[in-house]
Amino acid sequence: MTRLLGSYSLVVALGVSIFGAFALMLGARTKRTDLLRSGELALYAVWGLVTVATLSMVYALVAHDFSVKYVAMVGSRATPLFYTVISLWGALEGSILFWIFVLSCLSALVVYQNRHREGTLVPYAGGVLLLISVFFLILLVGPANPFSLVSPLPPDGPGPNPLLQNHPLMAVHPPLLYLGYVGMSVPFAFAIGAVLSGEIENDGWIRLTRRWTLLAWMFLAAAIVAGMWWSYEVLGWGGYWAWDPVENASFIPFLTATAFLHSVMVQERRGFLKLWNLNLIVATFALTILGTFLTRSGVLSSVHAFSEGPIGTYFLAFIAIVLVASFALVAGNSERLKPTGSLDAAVSRESVFLLNNLFLTAFTITVLVGTLFPLVAEAMRGVKISVGEPFFNRMTLPICAALLFLMGVGPALPWRVASREVMRRQLLPPTVGAAIALVVSFVIGVRSPYALAVFAFGAFALTANVREFLDGAAARRRAHGENPPVALARLIGANRRRYGGYIAHLGVLMFTLGVGASSTFRTEREATLRKGETMAIGKFTIRLDEVYSRREPQREVLAAGVTILRNGREVGRMEPRMNFYPTSDQPVPTPAVRSRPAGDLYLNLQAFAQDGSNATLRAIQEPLVPWIWTGGMIVVLGALVSLGGGKRELATVPAKVRVAPSPGHAPVPLEPASLGQASIRQASLEEGAR
Amino acid sequence: MMRILTVLTAAAVVLASHPLSAQTPAQRAPAAQPDSALEAMTTRLASELRCPVCQGNSIQDSPSELAQQMRDVIRDQLRSGKTPDEVRAYFVDKYGEWILLAPRAEGLNLIVYLVPFAAVLLGGLVVWRTVRKWTAAPPSSTADTPPG
Amino acid sequence: MNWKRATITTGLILPVIGLLAFGLTTDPKMIDSPLPGKPAPEFALSVFAPGEGQLARNVGDTVRLAAHRGGIVVLNFWASWCLQCRDEHQDLSNAARAYYDKGVRFYGVLYNDQEPFGLKWINEMGGQAYPSLLDPRTRTAIDYGLYGVPETFLVTADGRVAYKHIGPISERLLSQKLDSLLRAGASAP
Repeated sequence: MTRLLGSYSLVVALGVSIFGAFALMLGARTKRTDLLRSGELALYAVWGLVTVATLSMVYALVAHDFSVKYVAMVGSRATPLFYTVISLWGALEGSILFWIFVLSCLSALVVYQNRHREGTLVPYAGGVLLLISVFFLILLVGPANPFSLVSPLPPDGPGPNPLLQNHPLMAVHPPLLYLGYVGMSVPFAFAIGAVLSGEIENDGWIRLTRRWTLLAWMFLAAAIVAGMWWSYEVLGWGGYWAWDPVENASFIPFLTATAFLHSVMVQERRGFLKLWNLNLIVATFALTILGTFLTRSGVLSSVHAFSEGPIGTYFLAFIAIVLVASFALVAGNSERLKPTGSLDAAVSRESVFLLNNLFLTAFTITVLVGTLFPLVAEAMRGVKISVGEPFFNRMTLPICAALLFLMGVGPALPWRVASREVMRRQLLPPTVGAAIALVVSFVIGVRSPYALAVFAFGAFALTANVREFLDGAAARRRAHGENPPVALARLIGANRRRYGGYIAHLGVLMFTLGVGASSTFRTEREATLRKGETMAIGKFTIRLDEVYSRREPQREVLAAGVTILRNGREVGRMEPRMNFYPTSDQPVPTPAVRSRPAGDLYLNLQAFAQDGSNATLRAIQEPLVPWIWTGGMIVVLGALVSLGGGKRELATVPAKVRVAPSPGHAPVPLEPASLGQASIRQASLEEGAR
Repeated sequence: MMRILTVLTAAAVVLASHPLSAQTPAQRAPAAQPDSALEAMTTRLASELRCPVCQGNSIQDSPSELAQQMRDVIRDQLRSGKTPDEVRAYFVDKYGEWILLAPRAEGLNLIVYLVPFAAVLLGGLVVWRTVRKWTAAPPSSTADTPPG
Repeated sequence: MNWKRATITTGLILPVIGLLAFGLTTDPKMIDSPLPGKPAPEFALSVFAPGEGQLARNVGDTVRLAAHRGGIVVLNFWASWCLQCRDEHQDLSNAARAYYDKGVRFYGVLYNDQEPFGLKWINEMGGQAYPSLLDPRTRTAIDYGLYGVPETFLVTADGRVAYKHIGPISERLLSQKLDSLLRAGASAP
């Protein structure tokens, strides 16, 4: 029953989305309101139908209805309820169902939010979103149907992939990733809609697009950090990033989206980079689809690789259509995108944004080419090669150093023009910060030139960004007599977009410090201990107390009981484990992590004697690891702060002028000239439409 | 249930057969740090070689058994006087170029090393020209050029 | 719409799609071994499971590859914890018996395992026709570029690796490969 409900909902949803896409596109072209109205209803109907299908699947999973193919693949009666529910995205078919669910929710939200907007941008965008839905629905009705009938009815299933049911972070990482990936289809739809509707020549669409990109970017950032955290907690090698193709696949669109979030400010303020921004949006979406293709088709070998199947061919056709149709459309309309402003001076914040985009693009190209190069080598030489961690570390560290430097220069320089004197005043403190960091890191033993550059430029950027907060708050204090915390809070509240960005910068810096310190100062020891024996690592002594096993409903757990001593005193107990799942002949390592702000002690059970007399433990000491996760959360916080601002801020120009702080250091208020003539002209149009 | 037990025993056997489990920690400890230069080179080479059983990690990072034994092979070969290049060549002979995590910078592989530099240089040129055009010319006649 | 620009852009995209299409035709997990065609790595390993009947060798004997010039050797890496090894076990024993008279010698090599578990496994599986060898510290396995078990190597009469098989091997495939090697050996002077 659930099976039929789910599978028919998907079939009907496919038909309705094909109809809706045509109705919206045709209606927008011919300006026929009846068509537009029915297309819009079709879009809502798709949302309803897909929701029904998704809920049916969740119900089938929870009810252990093994006649449903997907449940028979990933379900098992022994799996705890929590992991049963999240196994919705634990394998290919379910994750595509979840994908289309997120896509239909976002589509409905976009169209509902902008239902009163005039013009044909939103109908075209809705049509594009429905066309994307058509692809995923074809997958679900055809080669990846999760609702196929299983006969005869199996009594039980194998349970989810052991790696995925071994840690609760698996409940967090995939949904965030899908929200990020799928979220990027909204800006893409707006971009295509803007070209098709002709609104591309105005700037209204870019503001709509910016917020959605920021939202999707936020989810993608959170997903990447959650993924790192998960692999740190589950894979047992004490690392969090291995430049694995699938990791890269999520990182590449993140880079292009980051580039867009910066360069879009140049477009909003100056009317430049319109074509470039359009290309970034389209590229970001294409890269999310490419990422999914790489993950799902098994083209590149990866620890995360999912099952292979005919699905790869479908994805390839979809990528081909997306790439050719969208880039050809953008290229064909490129002449309509003219800059509408001029630049006052070469040394200004605008130029820093250009350089920022230059290095982010180089970063993207490096990772993309490195990820795909094994395919090139195989196609041309017939030899399988690897492009892995040593390559990416070597090639991307200089780019990271450059980006950190720009992250400090950007906020320090004013828009339009930076005089020599302003530059000196603004860049002196960050330079002092960089020099101090350089000396300190050299003294504590950093010798690699790249690591030194990263620490120094990190300090440079930190000083510059913190100064923005301090100066701004100090100015408020003087102007309004507010006490420091209130001044800081009001400063951020009144300039959310700008200070949200700076908060995100601080998060990135914290993240960078964590990554730099934990990889540079990592120490590691491995030893086989009998009961009662100890090994030393750093200031800790590790004593093996016992090796024992216990049975849990869905798995067998083998654990080492370990006491941690410091200066001969007990400071804690840890239990590194191996979990054995019935579906896998490899145990899943389950390291124990003792996390403190200063660093982690990471214990992995490598091996044990069958009689329980000894165990081999790998102990890793990594400083500042929690800073990585906290940094990621601060980036998300920055994005949230920034999302709260926007339209209102553009309207409150006087408030910003009032806040404008220390003399000479002018975080240039939005004077009408910098908005560009075009935006003023359109302002009436757009604000009226909203 | 039966299957779980089979797998559990099977896996336990693998783990129990760990070559180190035969040694006492007393023997192991001095072996771990006799020659810091040798250890440093072993670690370096191990981070450059891809673990055959886990596919993504280096044999330095991989917790797998084969990776551990391959680290021992590296250490023994270095100790017997082989140069790092000879050790790399040994593994390439056995596993193919696939085992090198950073491809050799030669022939076709140069593409992957040169493309990032080319991107920065060409992009830098475009940015420079764009900024000059924007600051110099009246905006209406200039085309919008992407910076990378 | 500027169709010229649109066409040029499309032209630039097509190679990328071609590359991805090529990617679909290859399996990243099938990594060609560089060994076939090269001299087989030498080894001298001791017998821990004797084998049966005329195929048997004494436990503790050292088996050297160098001593087998002139005859084909089949080397099968296995382990008691390996589930796929169960599937090929009978096929290997059958082939070993069938080709003994043609001078083909089969050896099992225990991979990452311990002697008692190996012996117990052979016993549970109803015996193994040919002898199995111990590979302390996995040195021979690494010499042969092993990715996992089971893997099977065919070594020619002049000591070269003729063929490497990953995963469980069937009696049919074995006979096919051995027959063609024997024919090639017979036609060569």
